[in-house]
Amino acid sequence: MTKGTTLTERDAESPEPATQHLLSYPRFLLTVAWRATEGTWVFYAWMTLLTAIALVGANAWAQQMASGMAVTALTDHVSWGLYIANFTFLVGLAAGGVMMVVPAYLYEDHDMHDVVIIGELLAVAALIMALAFVIVDLGRPDRFWHMMPFIGRFHWPVSMLSWDVLVLNGYLLLNLHVSGYLIYMRYLGRRPNPRWYVPFVFLSIVWAFSIHTVTAFLYSGLGGRPFWNSALLAPRFLASAFVTGPAFIVLVLQVIPKFSKFRVPEGAVQRLLSIMRVTVLINLFMLASELFTLFYGGGAHAASGIYLFFGLHGHAELVPWIWTAVTFNIFAAIVLLTPALYRSRAVLNTALVLTFIGVWIEKGMGLIVPGFIPSTLHEIVPYLPSTVEWKVCAGIWAAGLAVFTLALKFGLQAMTGELRAPGAPALDGDVAGAALTTTEETAQ
Amino acid sequence: MADDIKRRVALKVIGTTLGVGAFAKALAPIAQFTENTSVGEFLQKHYRELSSTELATVLARLEADTKKNYGREVTIQDIRPQAGVQFAYALNLSVCIGCRRCVEACHVENNHDRASHNSYIRVLEMEQGSMDMGRGRADYDHAVPEDGKFYMPVQCQQCENAPCTKVCPVEATWQEPDGIVVVDYNWCIGCRYCEAACPYHARRFNWKKPVIPADEINPNQSYLSNRIRPQGVVEKCTFCLHKTRQGQLPACLEACPTGARVFGNVLDPNSSIRWVLENKRVFVLKEELGTRPRFFYFFDK
Repeated sequence: MTKGTTLTERDAESPEPATQHLLSYPRFLLTVAWRATEGTWVFYAWMTLLTAIALVGANAWAQQMASGMAVTALTDHVSWGLYIANFTFLVGLAAGGVMMVVPAYLYEDHDMHDVVIIGELLAVAALIMALAFVIVDLGRPDRFWHMMPFIGRFHWPVSMLSWDVLVLNGYLLLNLHVSGYLIYMRYLGRRPNPRWYVPFVFLSIVWAFSIHTVTAFLYSGLGGRPFWNSALLAPRFLASAFVTGPAFIVLVLQVIPKFSKFRVPEGAVQRLLSIMRVTVLINLFMLASELFTLFYGGGAHAASGIYLFFGLHGHAELVPWIWTAVTFNIFAAIVLLTPALYRSRAVLNTALVLTFIGVWIEKGMGLIVPGFIPSTLHEIVPYLPSTVEWKVCAGIWAAGLAVFTLALKFGLQAMTGELRAPGAPALDGDVAGAALTTTEETAQ
Repeated sequence: MADDIKRRVALKVIGTTLGVGAFAKALAPIAQFTENTSVGEFLQKHYRELSSTELATVLARLEADTKKNYGREVTIQDIRPQAGVQFAYALNLSVCIGCRRCVEACHVENNHDRASHNSYIRVLEMEQGSMDMGRGRADYDHAVPEDGKFYMPVQCQQCENAPCTKVCPVEATWQEPDGIVVVDYNWCIGCRYCEAACPYHARRFNWKKPVIPADEINPNQSYLSNRIRPQGVVEKCTFCLHKTRQGQLPACLEACPTGARVFGNVLDPNSSIRWVLENKRVFVLKEELGTRPRFFYFFDK
């Protein structure tokens, strides 16, 4: 959470000189660093668990670096697998957070405005994970600098991957800026100056659509892969992103009151669910359209689809995966549209978890892998991830969840007034009794 | 209160140290990778940005590395394209018997990993009367030729409008003036986007460091073609540019017992490739994709 400009520019609403930030910003960072390791035993247990899993993943990746990607189950036939599947899904999750930003800023939904920062923090964590999945998929991560504009040889604008580097890093910076600025201002006890964040919020709305569109173009632009070579891919990606983003956030919003003094407005949950009611259906509809086009005409172009859904020439590795995904997504659609079902929080939450998993399969193993099966020479070489791939995958998810946990902790403490500079004034939204003078402030 | 803070600070320092230590230990295997990568290699510029002295240093370093890692004295040259040369390849499907000698010759000539028996050529056994690759197979294992079949070797088509070079995010692969698509193995980051983009399964990835016994190494090497590739980068057929740019023929053609393969400079009016293109009804694979291959197929009868 860095914000360079606030250090040098005079805040329109404050009479103090900008140089005060030279002292208060480092102090803010120190406080945040201290708070990162403060919490209840549940917090410690959770972070220890995530660290342990991240360690397993880091070790698996180091082994992959040392002995080569032969330790994965990837081949020259199926050259992308679990890593790129997760990458694709996580770009969608990052873009999905925008479904909080749109109601909060475009429709002035006040309930959503109170919690919009959660969507921005989710985008930050999801993008860090997505970028990590690209790094672990590289055969030569040591040559990463070749991809950097000006230093390396950046193949822009021809390569869609160069576009992806730009939009993903740009989206990460936008969300770091907006959420970091808001948290820092609340820490100072000041009302944020709209000039410093509202334009970036509107830019981030457009940008959210771009990250998932560009990621879809990575695949849909390849004429040699008929399964991906569809104009519907980008719209489908967005629709499913707007299922998983809200699903994850609704679950998070229900967990927050158990661990925080922050009061979650019920209107935000209801708004996200009504968005999902639409997107879950659009996603299923687009899947159906895609399948119709594939299967009605038949021919060689349908081979990947047949392999995925029914198996081909005795190979049916992905059939259980895709039917699980379809079942989960249809179940979620039924629950979200049936009042008797969604009124039960247990049923609703089950549906949210299942559709999250469903889209993860559909967009990952159900999209990336069948693009390679059959191969361009129509050979069928099956792929199921190796243990090393599963470990690296779990490690990145654990690290990402740790980042999200910490970001959420700082974000919510800033909103409740628990993360406040000594002597700073109270703000709207502070929770009574929350503004504790905690031990580290005394220590300073 | 002060004691409590001291205790907390101490605990945090211990915790952080343990955490950093644990990650250092977990990542320790990377040391094995970094000790094989010199600073010179890490900082090496793109092939097309190297000055002649820088290139000489790079070639000397690569030769020394091969000596050290593979125990073989080799010569690595940088052979440039010749002016007035446009290479093309044609293959007579009526004559090919599917013996896979071209596959083997490629394996040996290009210093491929021995265990995986890698090669840039894949031969499809196709059904007479069908051009559907879905009905063909590459893993046939019986005496050839079999009745009712024809055989179609597929390798890099050196496309004029190559999807692989387009997608590369770092320009590690490009088409040379004589039409050959090459890879700078020291610039490739190993993202394998080109492998996904290629419609002809022409590209290979080095999933691990290639293993070749010293006495089996072909010592006549060049930077952009058959030198032993590093781990974690993509490679492909280069029409044996280390031979063909010096007036020789590709190894796959030399190995062919039936004369199915025709190679040459299409700008030379007396070349046999020119004669084939002018007199046979040639076709290219997956023409509808607009890749414009310079690898042609034809039937004689």
